[in-house]
Amino acid sequence: MSDHIDNKGTRMGMWFFLYTEIMLFGGLFVLYAAYFHRYTKDFIIAGNETMLVLGTLNTAILLVSSFAVAAAVKAMGRNSSKAVIVLLSITIFLGLAFLFNKYIEWSRDFTHGYYPGSAKMLDGPKGQSIFFALYFTLTGLHALHVFIGTTVLGTCIVLTVKKRITATRMNFLENTGLFWHLVDIIWIFLFPLFYLLL
Amino acid sequence: MKKADTRSNEVIEENQEYTISYRQLSVVLGALLTLTALTVAVSRINLGYMKIWISLLIAAAKGTLVLLFFMQIRSVGKAVSVTFIVTLVILALFIGLIFFDIDFR
Amino acid sequence: MAAEQSFYHTPSSPRHTGFTAWLLTTDHKRIGLMYGAVILCYFLVGMTLGLLMRTELMSVNHKIVSAQTYNALFTLHGVIMIFIFIIPGMPTIFGNFFMPIQIGAEDVIFPRLNLMTFYLFVIGGILAIVSLFAMGPPDTGWTFYVPFSISTHTGVTLTVFAVFVLGVSSMLTGINFITTIHRCRAKGMGWMQIPLFTWTIYSTAWVQVLATPVIGITMLLILVERVFGVGLLDPSKGGDPLMYQHLFWMYSHPAVYIMILPGMGIISEIFPVFSRKPIFGYRSIVAAGMGIATIGSLVWAHHMFVSGISDEAVLVFSFFTFIVAVPSAVKVFNWVSTMYGGSIDFKPPLFFALWFIFLFTIGGLTGLVQGAAGQNVHIHDTHWVVGHFHFVMFGGSGFALIAGLHYWWPKMFGRMYDYKKAFIGGYMLVVGFMMHYFPMFILGLEGMPRRYYTYLPRYWAWNFFEGIGGYIMVAGIILIFVNLFLSFRNPPTAPADPWGGTTLEWSIPSPPPLKNFTREPIVASYPYDFSEQARKLKEGGTDVTT
Repeated sequence: MSDHIDNKGTRMGMWFFLYTEIMLFGGLFVLYAAYFHRYTKDFIIAGNETMLVLGTLNTAILLVSSFAVAAAVKAMGRNSSKAVIVLLSITIFLGLAFLFNKYIEWSRDFTHGYYPGSAKMLDGPKGQSIFFALYFTLTGLHALHVFIGTTVLGTCIVLTVKKRITATRMNFLENTGLFWHLVDIIWIFLFPLFYLLL
Repeated sequence: MKKADTRSNEVIEENQEYTISYRQLSVVLGALLTLTALTVAVSRINLGYMKIWISLLIAAAKGTLVLLFFMQIRSVGKAVSVTFIVTLVILALFIGLIFFDIDFR
Repeated sequence: MAAEQSFYHTPSSPRHTGFTAWLLTTDHKRIGLMYGAVILCYFLVGMTLGLLMRTELMSVNHKIVSAQTYNALFTLHGVIMIFIFIIPGMPTIFGNFFMPIQIGAEDVIFPRLNLMTFYLFVIGGILAIVSLFAMGPPDTGWTFYVPFSISTHTGVTLTVFAVFVLGVSSMLTGINFITTIHRCRAKGMGWMQIPLFTWTIYSTAWVQVLATPVIGITMLLILVERVFGVGLLDPSKGGDPLMYQHLFWMYSHPAVYIMILPGMGIISEIFPVFSRKPIFGYRSIVAAGMGIATIGSLVWAHHMFVSGISDEAVLVFSFFTFIVAVPSAVKVFNWVSTMYGGSIDFKPPLFFALWFIFLFTIGGLTGLVQGAAGQNVHIHDTHWVVGHFHFVMFGGSGFALIAGLHYWWPKMFGRMYDYKKAFIGGYMLVVGFMMHYFPMFILGLEGMPRRYYTYLPRYWAWNFFEGIGGYIMVAGIILIFVNLFLSFRNPPTAPADPWGGTTLEWSIPSPPPLKNFTREPIVASYPYDFSEQARKLKEGGTDVTT
C-alpha cells in the first residue's frame, strides 16, 4: 500500500459522511415539517415555552466555537501548535457549556411537565405534546453529536501535543472541524424551529 | 529530509486554495452573530405564516456562511460542491413530496 | 515472481499470517471474500426459513409451526434476505473485489474503513440473531409497521438496532466506494472509460449514502418510542402512523435499487463478453443507471396507496412509478441489442444473464400493475406482491449474483468449474422458480393474502404446487453452489482471461496478486472494445482467451 496520503480524497470522504448526517437529521426534519403543518397553532403555543435566552446563548456559543475550530485549523496550517491547542480548548469549553445549558433547559422542562407523557401534556392538546416529542428527539440527537464532537476534539488536542497532527498531517483535525461545523449548522436550523415560533 | 520538504510543499500548495485570514474569519463570525440577533428580533414581529419561512431563510444564510467560509466547501472540488446541492435537493424533495399527502388529507 | 504471487499467498501486512491475515486484512479482495462467506451462511439460513414457510403452506390443516412462529418466520426471512443478503451482497462481495481492479487501482481509498464496515456488518448480523432469543423473535414483518412494532412484546428493539448497525456499515461502504471511484482511477480512466459494473456500484453507493440514514433514523424512532414512549408515531399522543410508513419507505424503496443496480452492472459486463461485441449504448446505460437511482428515490409511497394517503399523493407517486420503469426498460433493450449480430458464446454466465432478462422483465411488468393505483387496491397485501418482488429480487438480483459468481469465479479463485452441472443446476432453479413464484400472481388475483399462516381451502392446489417448486428450486441452488465449490478440486490453473473479456480485471492473473497490477494498467479509450479479439480470431484459431 502506497504511503502517499490523498488529502483531498480524505476530506472528500468526510464530506460524504456529512451527507449521511444531513439525511439522518433530515428524516426528523421531515417529521417536523409534517407535524408543523398539522398542528401549527399548537406548535406556536408550545414554542413559547422553550427558554429563548438560553437557546440564543447556545446559538452564539456554537457559532463562536465554529470560529474557534476554523481558526485552529488555520493555525495548524501555520504550524502554530500552541495556538491550536488554545483554540481547540476554547472550542471544547464552549461545547461543554452548550451541553450544560441543555441540561438546565431539560431539567426545567421536566420539572414543569413540558415533556411528552407528562400530566400536562396528556391533558392538553396533542400538538403540544408532539412539539415537545420533536424537541427532545431532535435536540437530544443533536446534543449526542455535540458530545461526540467534543470528545473527538479532545482527541485532536492529545494528538497535537504528541505531534501526531502536524502542518503536513492534519486531515484528522480538518475532518473533525468539518464535523463540528455541521453540528453548528444543524443547530442553526433547530434554533428557529424550536425557539422562534413565538 | 528532502522527502518531507516535497510533502510539505504539496500540502502548502493544497492549502493555498484553503486560505482565509483570521480577519476574514472574524468578519464572518460577526455576520453570523448579527444574523442571529436579526432572526430573534424578527421573530417578535407578527408576520403570520411568513414568519417561519423568513427565519428559515435567515438560517439558510447563516448556514451558507459557515459552509463557504468556515468549512471552505469550494476547496474540495466540484465533486463535493455539486453533490452537496444534490443532497439538499433530495431532502427538499422528500419533504416536498410528503406534502402531497399531508396537505390534501 | 514474488510480485505476481497470488494475493492468497501474500498477506496484506507481513506481520499477519494464518487467521489474522484474513481477520485483520485491509486488502479489498480478502474483505470481499469474507463478506461472501458470512453472506452465504445467512443466505442459507434465510432460504431455510423460506422453505419452512412454504412447507407450512403446502397444507391447509396440518401445522408444522404455530401462527406466532409463522409471523416470526416471515419477519426473519425478510430481515435476513433483505438487510443481510441482497442489499449488501453484490456491492460488498463483487464491489469490493472488482471495483478497484476495474478502475486500475491498488485498493479502495480507505482500506481500514473497509475492514471496519465488515465488522459492523458482522455485529449487525449477530445482533439480529440475538434478537431472536432476547424477548422472542420479532413478529412484525421486516417492515416493522407501527403501532404493532411499538406495542409487541417481542425482541423488536434489538432487531431494529441490528438494522441500524447494518445501515451504518452500508453507508460507510458507500462513502468508501464513491471516494475511491473519484480519486483512485488509473491514468486514462475518465468517467466514460469506467466499466458499467463500476458505474452501477457508483450509483448504488450514492443511494446507500443518501437513503440509508433515513432508515437509520426510522429505526431509532422505533427504539425511542418503545423505550421512552415520546409519541411521535402514536396516534393516542398525536402521532401519525403513516409518517412511519413514509419514512420507512423513503429508504426501503431506494433500497430495492441498491439491490438491483449492481446486478444490472454485472449483466452489462456479461452480455458484451459473451456476444463478443461492444455493449449497445454505453452512455445510455450509464444515464439509465443514474436515472433509476434518482427517480427511484421519488416513488416510495407506491407502497402506501391503500394506507390512507391522499388521492393527490397516490396520483403523484403512481406517475413517478411509471416513469422509473423507462430507464429499466432502456437497459433491457440495450442488453438484448448487444447480442444482435454478435458471436454468442453460450457459457454459464450468459445462461444466467439470459434468465435474468426474462425473470426481471416479468417482475418489472408485474410491478407496473401494482403501480397502477386502481389495480393496487385489489392486489395490495396479496400474494401478487410476493410474486412480484421475488421475481425482481430473486429472478433479478439473485440470478445476477449467480451470473456474477459464474463470471468472476475463475478470477477470484483461479479455478474453472464444471459447465454441465452449472447448466443442470440452473435449469432446476429456473423450473422450480417458475413453479414456485408464478402461481403467486394467480393466487393474488384470486385474493389470497400474504403473511397469513393459513388460507381458504380453494387456494390449496396452487400452494401445494408452489411447495413442490420450492423444493426443486432449493435443490437447484444447492447443486449450483456445490458445483462451484467442487471447482476447488481442480488445480488453480485458470487463465487470466478465460472468457475473452476486455475490462481490466481480465488483464491480471487469476487470482490477482496483492496489489492487483504489477505494471501500470493500460486503459482502453472504450472499455468494451473487442477489435483485439477480432484480430486474434482472424489471425488463427477460435480461442480469444489468454
